[in-house]
Amino acid sequence: LNRNCLDASRPWLCFWILHSLELLQEPIPAAVASDVCQFLARCQSPTGGFAGGPGQHAHLAPTYAAVNALCIIGTDEAYNVIDREKLLDFLWSVKQPDGSFVMHVGGEVDVRSAYCAASVASLTNILTPKLFENTTNWILSCQNWEGGLSGVPGLEAHGGYTFCGTAALVILGKEHMLDLKALLRWVVSRQMRFEGGFQGRCNKLVDGCYSFWQAGLLPLLHRALYKEGESELSQQRWMFEQQALQEYILLCCQNPTGGLLDKPGKSRDFYHTCYCLSGLSIAQHFGNMDNHYEVILGKEENRLAPTHPVYNICPEKVAQALQHFLRMPVPEIHFRSNKRGRSVK
Amino acid sequence: MSGIEETVESVQVNEGKEFDVEVEEHIEDEFAVDPTRYIFYRDRKEWADLEPVPQDDGPNPVVKIAYSEKFSDVYDYFRALLKNDEKTERAFALTADAIDLNAANYTVWHYRRVLLQALSKDLKEEMKYITNIIEEQPKNYQVWHHRRMVVEWLNDPSEELRFIADILSQDAKNYHAWQHRQWVIQEYKLWDNELEFVENLLEEDVRNNSAWNQRHFVISHTTGFSDPAVVEREIQYCLNQIRKAPHNESAWNYLKGMLQDRGLSSQPGLLERVLELKETHCSPYLLAFLFDCYEDALENITQKEKVEEEEQKETLRKALEICRLLAQEKDTIRKEYWEFLGRSLRNKYGNGALSDEPMAENPEPSISASQSQEAS
Repeated sequence: LNRNCLDASRPWLCFWILHSLELLQEPIPAAVASDVCQFLARCQSPTGGFAGGPGQHAHLAPTYAAVNALCIIGTDEAYNVIDREKLLDFLWSVKQPDGSFVMHVGGEVDVRSAYCAASVASLTNILTPKLFENTTNWILSCQNWEGGLSGVPGLEAHGGYTFCGTAALVILGKEHMLDLKALLRWVVSRQMRFEGGFQGRCNKLVDGCYSFWQAGLLPLLHRALYKEGESELSQQRWMFEQQALQEYILLCCQNPTGGLLDKPGKSRDFYHTCYCLSGLSIAQHFGNMDNHYEVILGKEENRLAPTHPVYNICPEKVAQALQHFLRMPVPEIHFRSNKRGRSVK
Repeated sequence: MSGIEETVESVQVNEGKEFDVEVEEHIEDEFAVDPTRYIFYRDRKEWADLEPVPQDDGPNPVVKIAYSEKFSDVYDYFRALLKNDEKTERAFALTADAIDLNAANYTVWHYRRVLLQALSKDLKEEMKYITNIIEEQPKNYQVWHHRRMVVEWLNDPSEELRFIADILSQDAKNYHAWQHRQWVIQEYKLWDNELEFVENLLEEDVRNNSAWNQRHFVISHTTGFSDPAVVEREIQYCLNQIRKAPHNESAWNYLKGMLQDRGLSSQPGLLERVLELKETHCSPYLLAFLFDCYEDALENITQKEKVEEEEQKETLRKALEICRLLAQEKDTIRKEYWEFLGRSLRNKYGNGALSDEPMAENPEPSISASQSQEAS
């Protein structure tokens, strides 16, 4: 299977694989963890952020993946890889006046970038309100007539982009500004009544990866509605059919030789393995540390570790990373870059 | 998964199907070289001055990709060009090879754009190039972004609508294609024929949600949805499509999406038309729409002064009955959701007088926000 197409996505491979292992509660050997740290260090750009591979330009997607992978590893070696000052410079270099972010210098805008930026900034404690000025309004403008969010304003509501926009707003503390009821209606409608899995857009086909992008929205919305004073929320279940999703994943999305996939007939890959497992975890676990209900389809061994619905790494790793980086001061802006990457004091 | 080897296995590359000749074959006759034969950059005389730069994966690489010799060769030289910031014709030509090997390498695309400008390349030729690449790989972010940049530089959108229509004829829901189309239309104000384009697509596939979205896009940016004539026309259009294909969620979503800002109950006669359809063209979507109408009515009833309490109770009863019907029979996959909506509605509009209402079907006690624990 030709994997050249992933040559600009290698930090993603690190994340997809490490996250899958942590969900499966497989320990990462220390040597492997250290090797990953050193590799990701080589993917870090001298001007900040992480690239798809050594020597490439920084890009928000591999930046998100690299930071998540390092947080999963969670050792001091891993945390120390991240150059926080430069990372902040990079985020400024891709910030647009209208609140959006381009994915890389000279690159395209869509709502993924806001999520990637918010995720890494919050985890590494480099987030300032100024950095996300106007971002909230830009993300809100992506909520459309369907109730979901699109990649850029005007387009069709789509599971991946809806997750990114919503999770970004949760990080920024602004999720209440969405039309939560409309969003809730849209996302629950994306669960397929026959297949049990989720589609990415209305009237399209089911795909295992949406087990996370779509189903992962329900924990976010549950919490958002709760914060808005919603009194009738369930105390045991997310607002999707958890068992049906588990059935779809376990019965239809597994490759008999290992790994998971989109739908029967498709080949396995690490992306689908990661997101099918992430969705399975969401479907198995309701609540948090204090109030935790489990629905495990099949044998007890099917139980996965819980995942954090905002960052999609295990909640302990989120807490640990936050604790580590909150001890450090928020870096000051060294210089502000304009769109062409040149520095302006 | 266990074990270090399996954990970070190299991914095998299987590249062997192209025109390029493998290393095993030799040039037998120096005077009759096949011009289509692929020659590695390291063997090209005109590149001899440049020292290739191998990829720095470090001593213990992870997530290794098993590159072919061709791939490594091209990218070793690409890295060399990047290092020297070389802005030449040969560099430009190499980017095409690099892109061919991995069209998702955004660093190469960026470099190609730098070269297009530095060498004042013919952008019309570049349009032909990018047209071909997109036709081959229409689901790639970089190729569409590149096309957008070239169109902007040329300030010439004249080919765009036709080109995108061609891509959509192969995949009518390609997200990148729609994104590019919306950009072109907005940027260059090419609204005139778009509604017709949308209607044709809906004629071909009334379930094409991308086309319904485009319909909303065009109308909201042209006539808008405030004009009652427009709204009536659109309602008519929706109901016609629903009669043809009752279980088409897109049409129902469009109907609701168009009206929700002003309130579903603001449209006189609509509820009646939907109730009529219920007899012969029922669907979970129709029922959900009815629920939304009743909920909207409740929302507005309470704001008016003269509230017929019986009327309100009746509307609430009908709304709750739909919730029950959907949760238990017609849309059971969304049972948790419909039961939540029922509880919410009852909590908001119900009162102690509803003694003939059956108890909530769900087994869960509802709790007030102040009592409940942190839910995340």
